[in-house]
Amino acid sequence: MGLNAKTSERIAFAFLTLAALTVAGFVLFILYYIVSNGYNAISIEFLTEMPRKMMTEGGIYPAIVGTIYLIIGSMLVALPMGILAAIYLTEYAGQNRTTWAIEMAINNLAGTPSVVFGLFGLAMFVKYLGFGPSLLSASLTLGLLIIPVIIRSSEEALLAVPPEYREASLALGISKWQTIRHVVLPASIPGIVTGSILSIGRVAGETAPILLTGAAYFLPRLPDSVYSQFMALPYHLFVLATAGTNIAQTRPLQYGTALVLLMIVLAVNFVAVLVRRYYRQKLKI
Amino acid sequence: MFSRNYREKTIESVLFAVSALTVVILFLICLFLFRDGLTLFEDVPFLSFVTGKFWYPTSVNAQFGLLPLFLGSLIVTAGAILFSVPLGIASAVFISELASPKVADFLKPFVEILAGVPSVVYGFFGLVVLVPFIRETFNLPTGQTALTGSIMLGVMALPTIISISEDAISSVPGSLKQGSLALGATRWQTIYKVTVPAALSGISAAVMLGMGRAIGETMTVMMVTGNTAIIPSFPGGILDPVRTMTATIALEMGEVPQGSDHFHALFAVGSVLFIVTFLINLLADAIKKKYRFKVD
Repeated sequence: MGLNAKTSERIAFAFLTLAALTVAGFVLFILYYIVSNGYNAISIEFLTEMPRKMMTEGGIYPAIVGTIYLIIGSMLVALPMGILAAIYLTEYAGQNRTTWAIEMAINNLAGTPSVVFGLFGLAMFVKYLGFGPSLLSASLTLGLLIIPVIIRSSEEALLAVPPEYREASLALGISKWQTIRHVVLPASIPGIVTGSILSIGRVAGETAPILLTGAAYFLPRLPDSVYSQFMALPYHLFVLATAGTNIAQTRPLQYGTALVLLMIVLAVNFVAVLVRRYYRQKLKI
Repeated sequence: MFSRNYREKTIESVLFAVSALTVVILFLICLFLFRDGLTLFEDVPFLSFVTGKFWYPTSVNAQFGLLPLFLGSLIVTAGAILFSVPLGIASAVFISELASPKVADFLKPFVEILAGVPSVVYGFFGLVVLVPFIRETFNLPTGQTALTGSIMLGVMALPTIISISEDAISSVPGSLKQGSLALGATRWQTIYKVTVPAALSGISAAVMLGMGRAIGETMTVMMVTGNTAIIPSFPGGILDPVRTMTATIALEMGEVPQGSDHFHALFAVGSVLFIVTFLINLLADAIKKKYRFKVD
């Protein structure tokens, strides 16, 4: 019996180890595949030129710029709102029905499929408010999409500030808001920044919402106002890979675009980790 | 003193108003989705939408049957869950119970990267790697099948399942495990008879949320499942092309005249998708709350 239990433990642990290795293997394989096929396509010209000849040649400059505009636009929407909501929920909200409703709304927004946000953006921003298919409509839609992410990570950062900080400040007769502004917020900035940086990766990669709210199939110029349509990296990759004029011929461009997109997301994650580590060490001193 | 109190109250009200906006946004999503979705039923009977077996939105006698799309989403999601739940939970157990802190710290970034890869990159990878592989392995006319979608979605649901299960497993109090070990149970017996059952509510919530993620995924399924709107047969249909609700919306919205029946039908499909994920989220929330492990 004892041997039996030992043997079954060994077999079970081997399977668990294998599962974890499989997951790590997936990641390595996907990364290796995109990097090894994509790095040949990357050049200064690829990053700084307009697409040419129905996108079978040239670069992805307008798509890169479009993605950067989307990041800026959606952050302008989501950051203030997300941080303020997180402050309310951690510092002010009592345990009551209203708080429950807000928490439930955040959870559900976080779980709502991005294509549904796209439909909503189309109905509300593009049509009802008359912004048309545009950078503005797409930024607003993506902004709403990442608000739950920013609220959750900011909440976590605010909760990590020890209660003693607040008590000490309040004991000095400083008002609640001033305590939050001058004590709690500065201490939680690293966590808030980390969360915001991570949601940049999300904005850079989302495709379905912008497909419905203003991303252009092919537009060899930069958007000149918030009411312009725009190109963006993820949609560009989708178009090249499934609907381009010559899918086989543009394969190198597809690998290149996938690699640039992947690099942006990974770089963003890496920066977030560095920020977290830097501030952690700083706080220790 | 009065002015300071007044200021504080104003700030609190502003913060509250901003938080309440999240509820407003959810309400607006329902409103705009359902408003355009319900308009369909002025021209098409509700029953023929819900039970209709054919999705021919552009033919002369247009038919807007939800079933092929709904079942398409269902089969792809079910496949994804079958594959990612055992793998995800096993990995979570490994990370929280077996791995040394060093190994766990080494593995966690892999899960984060898996969560960070954009869905369109997964779709592209599936298209150039998995689709040809499936075609050749099963000797099929096309590799764009429900199975292909299930595998890709399974990979994409992994980070959700792993990180939430891992949270649940590592929050099981150490005293429980020590009690079991002290009674002479092996580490494995402790894991599957004590730790995992104690974390079961969190793990179930993880599975629900992974399912929500899979059913709402758009770009990946659109790129690897072939998008044929026919009711999938079972079980042979797993190797046929299939079309999900999400892919239908993203594929067809660009080409429909605004205000047409087809336009409203896509909003109706979006409403169904929203309701399904809404219910999944509520359920996940309820499971987590109701069976939250209570000690002390």
